Amino acid sequence: MAKLVMNDELFAELKTFIDDNKSQTLGLMPVLHKAQDIFGCIPLEVQKFISKEMHVTVAEIYGVVTFYSRFSTEPVGDHLIGVCLGTACYVKGSQKILDELIKELGIKQEETTEDGKFTLTATRCVGACGLAPVMMIDDDVYGRLSPKQISDILSKYKN
Amino acid sequence: MQIYRSHVLICGGTGCTSSKSLLIKDEMISELKRLGIHNEVQVVMTGCFGLCEQGPIMIVYPEGTFYSKVKISDVKRIAEEHLLKGRIVKDLLYYEALEDEIVKSVEEVDFYSKQMRIALSNCGVIDPENIDEYIAFDGYQALIKALTEMNPEQVIDELKISGLRGRGGAGFPTGLKWEFAASYKDDEKYVCCNADEGDPGAFMDRSILEGTPHSVLEAMTIAGYATGANKGYIYVRAEYPIAVSRLEIAIKQAKEYGLLGDNILDTGFDFDIEIRLGAGAFVCGEETALIESIEGKRGMPRTKPPFPAEKGIWGKPTLINNVETFANIPAIILKGGKWFSSIGIPDSKGTKVFALGGKITNTGLVEIPMGTTLRQVIYDIGGGCPDNKKFKAVQTGGPSGGCLTSEHLDTPIGYDNLVKLGSMMGSGGMIVMDEDNCMVDIARYFLDFTCDESCGKCTPCREGTKRLKELLDRICTGKGTLEDLSRLEELAYYIQDNSLCNLGQSAPNPVISTLKHFRDEYLAHVIDKKCPTGVCKDLLQYFITDRCLGCGSCARVCPKDCITPTGEIISEKTGKRRFVIDNSKCIKCGACIQACPPKVSAIVRQ
Repeated sequence: MAKLVMNDELFAELKTFIDDNKSQTLGLMPVLHKAQDIFGCIPLEVQKFISKEMHVTVAEIYGVVTFYSRFSTEPVGDHLIGVCLGTACYVKGSQKILDELIKELGIKQEETTEDGKFTLTATRCVGACGLAPVMMIDDDVYGRLSPKQISDILSKYKN
Repeated sequence: MQIYRSHVLICGGTGCTSSKSLLIKDEMISELKRLGIHNEVQVVMTGCFGLCEQGPIMIVYPEGTFYSKVKISDVKRIAEEHLLKGRIVKDLLYYEALEDEIVKSVEEVDFYSKQMRIALSNCGVIDPENIDEYIAFDGYQALIKALTEMNPEQVIDELKISGLRGRGGAGFPTGLKWEFAASYKDDEKYVCCNADEGDPGAFMDRSILEGTPHSVLEAMTIAGYATGANKGYIYVRAEYPIAVSRLEIAIKQAKEYGLLGDNILDTGFDFDIEIRLGAGAFVCGEETALIESIEGKRGMPRTKPPFPAEKGIWGKPTLINNVETFANIPAIILKGGKWFSSIGIPDSKGTKVFALGGKITNTGLVEIPMGTTLRQVIYDIGGGCPDNKKFKAVQTGGPSGGCLTSEHLDTPIGYDNLVKLGSMMGSGGMIVMDEDNCMVDIARYFLDFTCDESCGKCTPCREGTKRLKELLDRICTGKGTLEDLSRLEELAYYIQDNSLCNLGQSAPNPVISTLKHFRDEYLAHVIDKKCPTGVCKDLLQYFITDRCLGCGSCARVCPKDCITPTGEIISEKTGKRRFVIDNSKCIKCGACIQACPPKVSAIVRQ
């Protein structure tokens, strides 16, 4: 499992963001984006913190966090692998890429490897349809993939 | 002003940056410095050129030389040969740009010569991060004209004359929408740009935001003036980091130039724009769900009426338009509604941007006049299916659209024409499928998508899409019956009629259209328990034919140990037997086919 870091410094950073933007009609979304950036996920403790700062119930915050796929309540691995399952990639065989990753990493979709190195997700269209099928590892885009390339690409991230 | 003898344009769109076009730009700059010609040649990073398939793309002006699939190692040659010595590097040209040793310019290539660019006119031409370049291409002229020479009614009239319809999917007349929004009076009003482009395989909004962000800002400001709003929101997907950063830069620059903010151009009109990030929910592309999301709630659609024009963001009158709709507006204000309405066909005016993808030679972004036929787009511009495969279907309108077949190819593209055929314009995704794609699997794929993205508010959509998907799962795994087919149809129409928002109402479209046009494929799955294209793995069976030499390579790689030498004796001398696959244990992984020596190729899949 991936590690979750929460300390006073990080909470202070979130508080500054909320305070700085209080004058505007901000809404929850920008705050949740910030929290996701800072902590890598939005666990219950963070939700409670936001609830106190913004005077919104935890129930409502939980509802919003779980509605959007960009927000997660559990930490993700060091490297986030996203296989594009947009239509253009799908008709060009991205399911086979995903299957290969599942085989190679020994985890299912939306799971994290034991050592906390990789989290595997299937994403919506990343807009690089010209390179289909595509996967992203963190911010790197790998295009025109075939299942044979997967193990080589993964090994770059293993150390 | 510095005059350059040559300009090197390098694509900075998402497709090309993914294949390292930014490094190519840096390399080009350092090469030019090394050769001492960096004061004669300017390197510009532009928005998307459109032909993403051939990326990274580099175009050299004034010649219009079109280099494709440029690698970092090619940069040195282009700099030395072309930019220093004036000799075009022919082997690096886009294949179609060289015909009988004659070099064609980018405008003469089939892919571009058949297009007409209004919304994309600045994409791939200007540096999106430099407001001066936008202004040099008539940027902000339309805003000046609207604010100083026209009153709000005249702006709206111009739009009504133009016949522009919403480019986000539903095709509602934009002029009317503006008129409604203008008619409601309130102390606060809003203009919102819907940049939550969620359709898989559609990337035109993203390319506009990345290639010409100022067009959208300019149009939103005009919209604010016409409808009496002073505040704008752009709701953009968080998955589009380049688009977001270029929008931020553009807003900052426009404010510095007094084209956004308080007292714009000293006319006393105030307008401000803020960016709001989406968080990966497809349903937020629906306008009322988008409003909920901006307000910081779960993105669930509201019942209409009241429409956003009356009660939108924070309960105030709100005008919501899609990115591409906005991108057309500066040209309409500048050149007039009449000019715009002279392009296209009676019910659909102007041009439309499509994202061509799937099994097509020229994947990319194309903008064509309405009324162009599907055949022209797919064959003349798109180059048809690669590898000489047979065209099977084209899917328009994303998960809400339908599949069209070869008999529909001569239909002129327009809002009403596509709806008549059971599909829709949608936001402009156009995915081509060839003979290798299974249409039942495609229908299941789209249902999987809508099922996942259903917000859960209304029952027909939440439960119905799930049941539809279960039925399709049964059919794809060989458990389907003829009864399932009729149940599928009945349920599809029920969901269409009873869902709250467009997501649910259009979710069954892929099922309905594939059932209509590809019923034989469904029947093959249900009656013969076969998938004609071999995509549905569970319906496949592997056999080892009598070409088998008994080497056992297949048995050694089989993960389930279900291949054994239990067939007839194939060699009296060695006593070797033909290997046999136990289909009850086989998981159809295909490892045996790969292991069988190519010369033998004894294993077949049926």
